[in-house]
Amino acid sequence: MDFDRIREKLNILADAAKYDVSCASSGSDRTNTNKGLGNASHMGICHSYTEDGRCISLLKILLTNHCIFDCAYCVTRKSNDVKRAAFKIQEVVDLTINFYRRNYIEGLFLSSGIFKIADYTMERLVAVAKKLREEENFNGYIHLKSIPGASDELMYEAGLYADHLSVNIEVPTISGLKLLAPDKKHEDFTKPMLKVKNEIVRFQTERKIIKSTPKYAPAGQSTQMIVGASGETDKDIMYSATYYYKTYQMKRVYYSGYVPVADDTRLPAIGSQVPMLRENRLYQTDWLLRFYGFAVNEILSKEHPNLDMDVDPKLSWALRNLYHFPVDVNAADKRLLARIPGIGMQSVEKIIKARKFRRLNWDHLKKIGVALNRAQYFMVCDSRHWERRDLDAEKIKGMILQTSSGKFRNQYSNQLSLFN
Amino acid sequence: MNASTTLIYDGSFNGFLTAVFVAFDEKINVADIQRNGQCQNGLFSDTETIFTHVEKAKRVWNGIKGKSHNAISNVYFAFLSETEGVEMMLYTYIQKLMRTQTGKYLDYSDGTVLHISQLARKVGREKHRMEAFVRFQLTKDNIYFANIEPDFDVLPLISKHFRDRYADQQWLIYDVKRKYGIYYNLDHVEMVSLNLREVHFNKIHKSDAFLSEEYDYQTLWNDYFKSTGIKSRINPKLHTQHVPKRYWKYLSEKKAS
Repeated sequence: MDFDRIREKLNILADAAKYDVSCASSGSDRTNTNKGLGNASHMGICHSYTEDGRCISLLKILLTNHCIFDCAYCVTRKSNDVKRAAFKIQEVVDLTINFYRRNYIEGLFLSSGIFKIADYTMERLVAVAKKLREEENFNGYIHLKSIPGASDELMYEAGLYADHLSVNIEVPTISGLKLLAPDKKHEDFTKPMLKVKNEIVRFQTERKIIKSTPKYAPAGQSTQMIVGASGETDKDIMYSATYYYKTYQMKRVYYSGYVPVADDTRLPAIGSQVPMLRENRLYQTDWLLRFYGFAVNEILSKEHPNLDMDVDPKLSWALRNLYHFPVDVNAADKRLLARIPGIGMQSVEKIIKARKFRRLNWDHLKKIGVALNRAQYFMVCDSRHWERRDLDAEKIKGMILQTSSGKFRNQYSNQLSLFN
Repeated sequence: MNASTTLIYDGSFNGFLTAVFVAFDEKINVADIQRNGQCQNGLFSDTETIFTHVEKAKRVWNGIKGKSHNAISNVYFAFLSETEGVEMMLYTYIQKLMRTQTGKYLDYSDGTVLHISQLARKVGREKHRMEAFVRFQLTKDNIYFANIEPDFDVLPLISKHFRDRYADQQWLIYDVKRKYGIYYNLDHVEMVSLNLREVHFNKIHKSDAFLSEEYDYQTLWNDYFKSTGIKSRINPKLHTQHVPKRYWKYLSEKKAS
């Protein structure tokens, strides 16, 4: 091993890959066969966390950062003056295996800049995965990037070796894509997505009949969108996320606050703040859609094209729809319980199980873990004390904000501080 | 009135289950269940020493498992928390569980039930953390070696995970705090106790027990850890929340350099 050379390449190519937010290592059920190396943990394991608090579960690198495209938002775009490097296939395999054996990682996340043409690049990615699976008997997690424009045959082969495939749509609107990545066509992104989705559906149906059908991307596929680069609204983002969830059966859509990497008049300037709060609100909305039974048009509509920054989307929905409340926690069904601000899905489950034994009061709910500072205005329980005043939405919001503190509060507080 | 008795057991899980068996079998009015060597006598209670009996323990295990799979794992996990007084709480929990018809005893408004399930969750979290934070170092005898210092006694819980995953390499995970380890010899996992001359945490000084290649990979991993972070999003509070400082000592990526 030429240690110094590998070290230099790793630094360049890990640095270039870091803007991909997905680090999921969950959802796959690959087991260790024939006393080989590794297996996939169904719930996923985060082996470490970066200093910005994101999980590290996979060795996330680019095969190369040479690229023929010139997308404005991307750090490895053709016109950017950065050091370029490329790994050999064997080098990636060795790094993965040695990191894995030391319990540093759950597996490999391999992406790449596009050199020559899409298929040539995709072929290389598949070759790495194939080598790991067949020569090293490696059963850990492999996440491959589907290169936009790759052929169906290669996408099929990729899914046989990988657990997870993803294409980053990056820009949520087609008009934005034209502006920021003029070389790429929307269809280039959706073509591999569609192929992967069809293959997953095929695999799931065939599996029911023939147990030994070879696995096809058991952890599904995902995509990612940049937030705050092309002036899109939250509504644009969430509606297009919903579209990808529905049409391509995405496991996840990731939202990535744009980190300025280029001096380009089409984009926010270098040094402008990363929209982390907005990103957080989008993830909250995503969760409401996937786990809480909300429909996207309940949260975002023409009248409310953007999410509130000062309160979470569920509270904001509740304040706009006060006529649903107060809800009786001892009687309401699951769907309605999940809509009370301050009650999460874990609390919902606990409440439903506990209320079979006795009627619940404030004390019980507090111990179960309900955030009463928000929930108290929207519910009644087995107690004589509940909010009887007929408060309007503004008043409730004010009272909640007064009695709580949030980590992002200083970013949107319009209260003047005294000594500044 | 039935005089109450304090049961003394040997500290093992089987010992505890035997104590539960004896208490049920002899209809003892239990004042407390304490581990050998930590007992404090109550003023008005007798003591009885319990001798671990695997058959009896097994009957209790199967009895709880027959009621609910969830309950048996809750009991085992909560026991491994080594919390003071957990034995008596578990005894109450088992009593309550056995009284139910279906075993679906999930009354989270009951203090004991909620507490046991929270303890079990805590231990479960520590187990998960150890599956993540173990850092193997390759020794010259070709054994992947790791030191850990978990909050709870989770070695018995993580052994299956590592056995399944690293089936083709010899590995040893040693709990520095509890002074025992688990060793996989390419066939099965066994418990070992070592006479460690030094604890191998992530110090800069290179030990001659390890290959030089080992330190190369640690350097690469450290580099990777650094270059994968995004500077403009730095958030030390969130970082330490996910990776609490007490674990840093054994994480090679947190090595001061």
